[in-house]
Amino acid sequence: MNGVHDMGGMHGFGPVHPEDDAGFHADWERRVRAMMMGLIRRGAFNIDEMRRAIESIPPAEYLASSYFERWLTALRALVVEKGVLAPADVDDLIATLARTPESSPRRREDPTLAKRLLEPSGPRPRREAPARFRPGDRVVARNEHPKHHTRLPRYVRGKPGVIDRVRGVYTLPDTNAYGRGEHPQPVYSVRFAARDLWGDVAATTDSIYIDLWESYLDPA
Amino acid sequence: MHEHGHEHGHDHGDHHHGRELPQTELLTAALESLLVEKGLLSSDAIDRIVERYEKDVGPMIGARVVARAWADPAFKQRLLSTPASALAELGIRMDNLVVVENTPAIHNAVVCTLCSCYPWQVLGLSPAWYKDLAYRSRMVIEPRAVLREFRLELDESVEVRVWDSSAEQRYMVLPARPAGTEGLTEDELAALVSRDAMIGVAKVSAPALARREGA
Repeated sequence: MNGVHDMGGMHGFGPVHPEDDAGFHADWERRVRAMMMGLIRRGAFNIDEMRRAIESIPPAEYLASSYFERWLTALRALVVEKGVLAPADVDDLIATLARTPESSPRRREDPTLAKRLLEPSGPRPRREAPARFRPGDRVVARNEHPKHHTRLPRYVRGKPGVIDRVRGVYTLPDTNAYGRGEHPQPVYSVRFAARDLWGDVAATTDSIYIDLWESYLDPA
Repeated sequence: MHEHGHEHGHDHGDHHHGRELPQTELLTAALESLLVEKGLLSSDAIDRIVERYEKDVGPMIGARVVARAWADPAFKQRLLSTPASALAELGIRMDNLVVVENTPAIHNAVVCTLCSCYPWQVLGLSPAWYKDLAYRSRMVIEPRAVLREFRLELDESVEVRVWDSSAEQRYMVLPARPAGTEGLTEDELAALVSRDAMIGVAKVSAPALARREGA
């Protein structure tokens, strides 16, 4: 979707802050990240659905939220979407916790579950699919503007590139983000000349490499 | 200063009831309570996942890989061509890392414009700036200006390659080994390698060798 998350090349966000170095600014952020990772590991939803949920946050709210606030918003949306929790139960508990002097999340330990969720998931399945493109092939990123989740950013659409490598065969996020199947396809590392993407503001020496699914590309 | 969530102050009015917790903390606590109560997660599972990302992994892992690549040219070739098996030699389990090598002619840097994909298995947690809107938006269009803000100036003749981590692959930069480090052990080499150098926003400098040689 053409959301604000697709921000490669946007202006106006100010300087970077190298001193803002920490992984987390607060404890709740740790819990949110861990819950999200745990639920993905549990199979409640997949990472493409997670990204889709974050991207679906209305633009003004997306930009005004911190990184983990977006995760928290998406986490709430996903557990409701998947029927895991009812919104009323969440709201009621928030009200209760707000009124209760020494409350913190109710604890329940389950060492078996903890062990299972910490185990690495198995190796990615090695899937095969014939690769349409080869290293050195000239391609053009398709000028498509789907409303659904995609990993084809606006800044390369319609632009010419060169296949650098074949990365392998991977689940297509565009369908996997909606429970519409994995549809694995080859993914390619594609090199774009910075000048081709940005015109004169870019240095002629520079390039951008990005990994793109086969259906995002046409031969040039 | 940096973009940061605003606490909306809904709970600041009444000091007699409960804690003055911002909405974000209350929502987090509510979700955790309910998910744990329903058995989808457990409190210890959450604790241990938190620990895994903060204690079990960190940039020291990537630094060891860099040091080994500097010390052992054959390992370096394996790292660049078949990274998963090269990492496994060091006991690192990661099947989707791509290592990109800096040379005098090429400087690599890594970003994820669409979200914040990052090679956590070798670098640990990403720093807040990597996930910030400024870094995500600017790195692909004006990498040199961004690197300048990291106090890294590159010559015009150097090719800057920015890697946008848009799919399953995760990227780590193999920084150039600084001159004057020939006599160092692998551990000493690893100690020189910063996380920022492995993202590509810094170079690695040699230690104060004048001091060392004079010791």
